[in-house]
Amino acid sequence: MSSRELILGRVRRALADVPPDDTPYEDAVARGYLREHGERGVEETVELLAENLADYRAIVHRCGEDELPSLLARLLAERKASTVLVPSGLEESWLAGTDVARVADRAESGPHELDAVDSVVTACAVAVAETGTIVLDGGPDQGRRRITLIPDHHICVVRVPGQVVSSVPQALERLDPGRPLTWISGPSATSDIELDRVEGVHGPRTLEVILVG
Amino acid sequence: MRVALFLTCVNDTLYPDTGRAVVKLLTRLGVEVDFPMAQTCCGQAHYNTGYRHEAEPLARHFSDVFGEYEAIVTPSGSCGAMVRELYPRMGERARAEGRGDALAATLAPVVPKTYELTEFLVDVLGVTDVGAYYPHTVTYHPTCHGLRGLGLGDRPRRLLQAVEGLELVELPGADECCGFGGTFALKNADVSAAMGTDKVRNAEATGAEVLCAADNSCLMHIGGTMTRLRTGMRPVHLAEILASTEREPAL
Amino acid sequence: MSGTFVGMPAFPEAAREAVADPTLRGNLRHATHTIRAKRAAAVAEVSDWAELREAGKRIKDHTLRHLDRYLVQLEEAVTAAGGTVHWAADAEEANRIVTRLVKETGESEVVKVKSMATQEIGLNEALEAEGIRAYETDLAELIVQLGKDRPSHILVPAIHRNRGEIRDIFRAEMGEWGRPAPEGLTDTPAELAEAARLHLREKFLRAKVGISGANFMVAETGTLVVVESEGNGRMCLTLPQTLISVVGIEKIVPTWRDLEVFLQTLPRSSTAERMNPYTSTWTGTRDGRAGEGDGPRAFHLVLLDNGRTDTLADEVGRQALRCIRCSACLNVCPVYERAGGHAYGSVYPGPIGAILSPQLRGTGSEIDASLPYASSLCGACYEVCPVAIDIPEVLVHLRERVVEGGTVTREGNKVVLKPARGHAAERAAMRAARWAFARPGALRAGQRLASRTRALHPRTLPGPGRAWSAARDLPAVPAEPFRDWWRRTNGGNAEEGTTK
Repeated sequence: MSSRELILGRVRRALADVPPDDTPYEDAVARGYLREHGERGVEETVELLAENLADYRAIVHRCGEDELPSLLARLLAERKASTVLVPSGLEESWLAGTDVARVADRAESGPHELDAVDSVVTACAVAVAETGTIVLDGGPDQGRRRITLIPDHHICVVRVPGQVVSSVPQALERLDPGRPLTWISGPSATSDIELDRVEGVHGPRTLEVILVG
Repeated sequence: MRVALFLTCVNDTLYPDTGRAVVKLLTRLGVEVDFPMAQTCCGQAHYNTGYRHEAEPLARHFSDVFGEYEAIVTPSGSCGAMVRELYPRMGERARAEGRGDALAATLAPVVPKTYELTEFLVDVLGVTDVGAYYPHTVTYHPTCHGLRGLGLGDRPRRLLQAVEGLELVELPGADECCGFGGTFALKNADVSAAMGTDKVRNAEATGAEVLCAADNSCLMHIGGTMTRLRTGMRPVHLAEILASTEREPAL
Repeated sequence: MSGTFVGMPAFPEAAREAVADPTLRGNLRHATHTIRAKRAAAVAEVSDWAELREAGKRIKDHTLRHLDRYLVQLEEAVTAAGGTVHWAADAEEANRIVTRLVKETGESEVVKVKSMATQEIGLNEALEAEGIRAYETDLAELIVQLGKDRPSHILVPAIHRNRGEIRDIFRAEMGEWGRPAPEGLTDTPAELAEAARLHLREKFLRAKVGISGANFMVAETGTLVVVESEGNGRMCLTLPQTLISVVGIEKIVPTWRDLEVFLQTLPRSSTAERMNPYTSTWTGTRDGRAGEGDGPRAFHLVLLDNGRTDTLADEVGRQALRCIRCSACLNVCPVYERAGGHAYGSVYPGPIGAILSPQLRGTGSEIDASLPYASSLCGACYEVCPVAIDIPEVLVHLRERVVEGGTVTREGNKVVLKPARGHAAERAAMRAARWAFARPGALRAGQRLASRTRALHPRTLPGPGRAWSAARDLPAVPAEPFRDWWRRTNGGNAEEGTTK
């Protein structure tokens, strides 16, 4: 007998005492919890996002669409970045104000190559206000997962209010599980030393989030 | 109202003053108290040590003794929790073992009418000021089965706060177990003693004269630790504080 | 589970040493108290915590109830997305599968994301025996690995170490494993984290094989989820060409939507955060799909039983399989705080370990038979559990199994256990007490005897009674039991004087 059959057989025997129950799953689990916490207007939701991002040490900026190129140019300059990773589908105009050398997100780039790049600029798929989270789904303006992992400086652009949801349940509704997702809440951190939180381990130690719109 | 005092075997044997205090307190509040002489032990020690089947005859005996009363009052959170929480579970387990509904049916009547003392005072009698006088500084330790099992919440504290002359001071780490845990105190004596010591040190830090709780088994452990550590603090059951009056102060 | 713990003494003996170690006591007290208050605040932020907890419990119960169906569904979905599914009945089989998969890549080293399942099966040791070096990349796991130590906490395996000890380990050991610790490394947490970043960087960048566990597997989509903080998880999940995930079969949830519950309850329960810094989800591989070249080209999922189906067969104990490994129960446990994680003799310490280990491994060994008693039944664990596992209930149930024996399932077969040895005297005492308590007259006779001889009672006891009186005085026996007073005074009505 294969281990597959063995395990499935054990499961079935283990449940012999449980009466059969063919309630459809939608009805089997009561979901008395909230779809979102509290009632907020659009602007309040965006403000909550900014607040919670900052609470976990992301650096938050807000600007209008037309100010974005100059803001990005300034942030890269302040960081003294000489190279910036750019996903293939990133809005052309966003980096129009900077002459920092661009590095394309290519399938054949090795990790060591990416390790030499200073910064990365991406868009996002959705942002969650209640938790201060941005979610990347590998879309053309976000690129492969590793490009937002290896460089030490990540600038993520969130289109507000369109990409902002209040809660985790609302975020999951918008996302496609078939895509590789990365949920990011602040820069990397650890609680492994005396259960106290310290920011900055393996992922980008500086996370800047620009709320545009 | 006529209620049965379920004193518990520990109080009956070792802490009769607590029983006398409950009688005095309830009588003062106009309650007619009976002490069914046939009562023994609810079976908690057996049950929690793994001897559920040995606990069953004790639970049936409890039901026989107390079944006819309107209300059953006990000055012990853990014995109260045994009846309220674990008697139904014993019935379920017997059913799952193919022994039918007999045990569940026997135990069912006593479950809803068993009250821990502070529940009875606050919820049934509707009083928080019981007319007590106790001119001492007191810190309160909520015992685990009362706090988390029965959900006594702030009832004991509300009762204490209404006592004339009593100064209630906060116990740091109040919600933490004192380390008694029944046979745990013997089977894991080192950890139990370490927990007890921490509890006593926290109590000492409050500067209170008295550590009050609503369960004498925990107080036996805490008190035994206090005298061993020569703290000079006294463990006192809540009932004895509530029974105390200016005319007839507690000892 | 892992051979690391074979021959552990019973819990009380192991705990005795920990209780007497002031550094360890201080470290554990500091860490657990820090996280306790934070967790409470993080939970209090969401008004629907009780409903989330209830939904989490029900999702897990439903999944376990139909586990066979969901396992097959998961297998289909993972396979359709380009992954390969393997089934491992026990630790040995899982280790064999993983070793073979690594060897097939031609590599002799792997990077690992912190994973309880691979700890449980002793994967690192199994790989080492085959000449494959496994690098732990979680900071706490790194501390444990460098210190040749054992994990003592589910979430923070090095919780028993303070910052000074961690600095000493880094200074002494990092050079043996790769890049040495920076010159002049101090014990500030930020510097220690930086040292780990530098040390592990070269390993991440050259890694060809990654090994992980998973927090959740979604049956309907074949998606795996890893919840982490440091980014080491993302490194291991996305940079290597081959990813092998070893996951317990109970980690399934039926639908994508179910994550909306656990992604709210897990971070708040474990690290007391609204959301942990990084959560990765992936479905098979990206080969032949949009985003080609994103992440590993080969993905293997090893589904692990190793005692889980035996646990599932126990109608009271099966609730332990709801566990999402948040470790909130460890952090609030007064026994864990004093005994430390090593005393539990398992990669699963604390209250959840005390009910999980004796079910996964059986109660045959001394340590496993003692674990159900490693609790004062204070209930703090149940109160904080985000999937409402009634740990005290299961502890008492397992105590019953130890003292009474009975039918259990081991490796899929029903076996009848005998009552454990070493409980004979206790069993006789319990029976005698039950006999006396069933007869009020016998109880009264005993009470009177105690009262009449009270002048002779010592405040400390010899022999087995020392367990009590080594640290605590005995209460004085009163002059008369309550029932004698009641009878003598007619319920207090004939009370002498004014005391009542």
